[in-house]
Amino acid sequence: MDAPRQPTNVTEHHRSPIEHETTSHSTDHADERYRIVTEQLSVYFDGKPAIRDVSMVIRTNKVTAIIGPSGCGKSTFLRALNRLHEIQPNARVSGRILLDGEDIMSMDATLVRRRIGMVFQKPNPFPAMSIFDNVVAGLRFNGVRKRSVLAEIAEEALRRAALWDEVKDRLRAPATSLSGGQQQRLCIARALAIEPEVLLMDEPTSALDPIATAKIEELIYELKRSYTIVVVTHNMQQAARVSDYTAFMYLGELVEFDKTRNIFTNPSKRQTEEYITGRFG
Amino acid sequence: MERRLIFSRSTDVRRRITSIITLAMVALATAIVLVPLIAVVWYTVGEGIAGLTWEFFTHLPTPVGESGGGMANAIVGSGIVVGLASVVAVPVGIAAAIFITEYASARLASAIRFVTEIMLGLPSILLGIFTYAVLVKPMGRFSAYAGALALSIVMLPIVIKTTEEILRLVPQHIREAGLALGIPQWVVVLRIVLRAAVRGILTGVLLSVARAAGETAPLLFTALNNRFWHSGLDQPIATLPVQIFTYAVAPYDDWHRQAWAGALVLIALVLVLSIVLRLVVSRTQLDSEQ
Amino acid sequence: MSADVTTTSPIAPSRSLLSKRSSKVGNTVFVAICAVAGASVLLIVTAIVVQLVVESQPTIRRFGISFLTRSVWDPVAEDFGALPFIYGTLVSSLLAMIIAVPLSVGAAIFLAEIARGWLRSVVSFLIEALAAVPSVVYGIWGVFILVPWLTEHVATPLAERWGEHIPLLAPPAIGPSMLSAAVILAIMVTPIVASVARDVLSAIPRMQREAAYALGATRWEVIRTVLGSARWGIFGAIVLGLGRALGETMAVTMVIGNDPSIHVSILQPAYTLSSVIANEFTEATTPLYLSALVTLGLVLLLATLVVNIVARVLVWSVARRYR
Repeated sequence: MDAPRQPTNVTEHHRSPIEHETTSHSTDHADERYRIVTEQLSVYFDGKPAIRDVSMVIRTNKVTAIIGPSGCGKSTFLRALNRLHEIQPNARVSGRILLDGEDIMSMDATLVRRRIGMVFQKPNPFPAMSIFDNVVAGLRFNGVRKRSVLAEIAEEALRRAALWDEVKDRLRAPATSLSGGQQQRLCIARALAIEPEVLLMDEPTSALDPIATAKIEELIYELKRSYTIVVVTHNMQQAARVSDYTAFMYLGELVEFDKTRNIFTNPSKRQTEEYITGRFG
Repeated sequence: MERRLIFSRSTDVRRRITSIITLAMVALATAIVLVPLIAVVWYTVGEGIAGLTWEFFTHLPTPVGESGGGMANAIVGSGIVVGLASVVAVPVGIAAAIFITEYASARLASAIRFVTEIMLGLPSILLGIFTYAVLVKPMGRFSAYAGALALSIVMLPIVIKTTEEILRLVPQHIREAGLALGIPQWVVVLRIVLRAAVRGILTGVLLSVARAAGETAPLLFTALNNRFWHSGLDQPIATLPVQIFTYAVAPYDDWHRQAWAGALVLIALVLVLSIVLRLVVSRTQLDSEQ
Repeated sequence: MSADVTTTSPIAPSRSLLSKRSSKVGNTVFVAICAVAGASVLLIVTAIVVQLVVESQPTIRRFGISFLTRSVWDPVAEDFGALPFIYGTLVSSLLAMIIAVPLSVGAAIFLAEIARGWLRSVVSFLIEALAAVPSVVYGIWGVFILVPWLTEHVATPLAERWGEHIPLLAPPAIGPSMLSAAVILAIMVTPIVASVARDVLSAIPRMQREAAYALGATRWEVIRTVLGSARWGIFGAIVLGLGRALGETMAVTMVIGNDPSIHVSILQPAYTLSSVIANEFTEATTPLYLSALVTLGLVLLLATLVVNIVARVLVWSVARRYR
């Protein structure tokens, strides 16, 4: 690894996201709303920082990709966005995360997670449950009991996850009987069923074959019409294909954040350039 | 070249022969270990099968000297006492296992785990003494309740241990998936994690039931015994193991025959349960393991 | 179903259906229930210890420490001493371990190092079944099958051949005895020792075996090195078996002869702590008699606690080292 241990210019990250924005190229999107804003977000495990002072914006109905070498903190950042870090007792957070202007740390965690859904690296359907039960789990375990409502929402969610046609005749089959790619789309449907505003995806295709990956990428493109999507990926081609904005993280810090086009054609930081050209990571 | 001299051919042969002889002794030891199992099953079936009549399952014991009669009250009694014990031990045990795996800090978890192991090793007769002091003495009489309490203390550590081992096999990402859907943690644990582990937990529960059904010592001075149908759960009650014991040490041939029949019922129950459990567990320990 | 469709949410009704209640109450209640359940284990074990200590007080006040060393057991005169029972418990358990240890360690080696595939699962299953047989079934088998067999084929020949010269084998060999108790205990603890020792052996990393093979070791030599690494864990398994032997009640009660006096000969009857409790607890008519029996229970408790704690620590130390 020939990259320097620390980014050369750290002051960049301490500016507010708005300032950061104006210094970049994208003044043409000034009217876009920010769904999530993080302000100097740091996450510590046992007192050691995993990410430091990440200030970033997630734009409504856009796909934001987070790239960086493994261990750079991109998953930690993502998990902090819906407070999933809290299940690790040794985790601590500083800074703020605003969802539609409201600090999520002062909200009930379960309510935050209903508004910010998540899809994981490995497809993780609930074992011992049918396809149908998986899709409606979020509804059922949050108090929705009426079968007709559940059935209606399940179909809609499966359609939106582009899985309906493949499973409509076997909704009662165990979820584990599906292929890996189908399971991942099932997990997406499961997340969509509770109608989140934001969908976080943590390397959603890293466990899938190329054909299944293509399907998911297509789906991400479809979904951004209705949802705000943040996708963590170690696959730069994927980031370039699916995202509107890209953040590059390295050693727990946000190195560069810009429109995807700019990041991949004209990065302003040497580290970003080295990473996307494959010189490290 | 010199090095070869260190390992002379004769040493080599001797080492090899030693190896073969020792391994043969190990295999022989294993065979000897299994002899008693065969002998116990063989004799229990041989001596007990004749006593397994319709009457055995449907009649009360007859007074000494009269032949015939059965252990119907003891069979039903065992069912009642073990059932009551399960009602207490299974939920408490599962809840305790949930506490260990889902909530307790690492230090507290290993402390509880340690005490559970210690509890597992307590002589069951002591649980009888304990129950006598906390329930029989205050109530003023032996009862089905007291027997059930004693057996539930036998079952509790078994349920905790097996449930905890299964819960630890449920992958963390299943819990995360539930939480990420905005489901409260306790609902995630109850409805998703437990459900993923249900088969393994059931195994543990059945294991503890089998163990409790065969326990005699804790019942001797809690449930006591009863020659008749029990007249209430706060009254002494007959159980199969205690009845077998009573009959086996009595000097009447007819009783011995019945004791053997009872032993056959007990051993069949235990062996059938273990075979079923073995099949269930070997098919899949956890549904989530793909 | 309400229809507050927002611009971003084409299937938006669902979220408004979800319960808006805070999850805090449910979580708190649930954790509290589970914590109480978890604490119940600590509570029960503590309560057992406390209760036995408290109820032993009359005996301890009356006889003091000499309770442990006196060999009188006379309920009529209310004169009690624990020595015959302590002796019977210790000797029967130790004899049982002498028989059980080589067999069960052999079986553990067989399961962990030699048997493969179906043979391993079948033998494993049979050994588990051996552990699952209820004590009272071993007891009835012991009374009617094992004791007569031992008397005829082992005890009597031993007594006739060596009884005159070796006090340990002195006649008469009439049936229920220390020896028969030891044999039945050995049968009962063997599966426990074998399965724990097997688990300990399996915890030793494969690499150690491969390293030994690579040095040209024979199969037995490989196993010996593995046994070397696992020795404390196997010792723990043996101690665990000893704990079971000390506390075993029914089968022993049925075959040991229940004689509250100390005989040097193992061919003669004896009595154990748990057996005397099982036999006499419901007959104990006076408070002191009952307390004396509880005190025997306390002695048994302390012995098994110490033995079990030692065993656990040993077994876990091996498991932890190779985790």
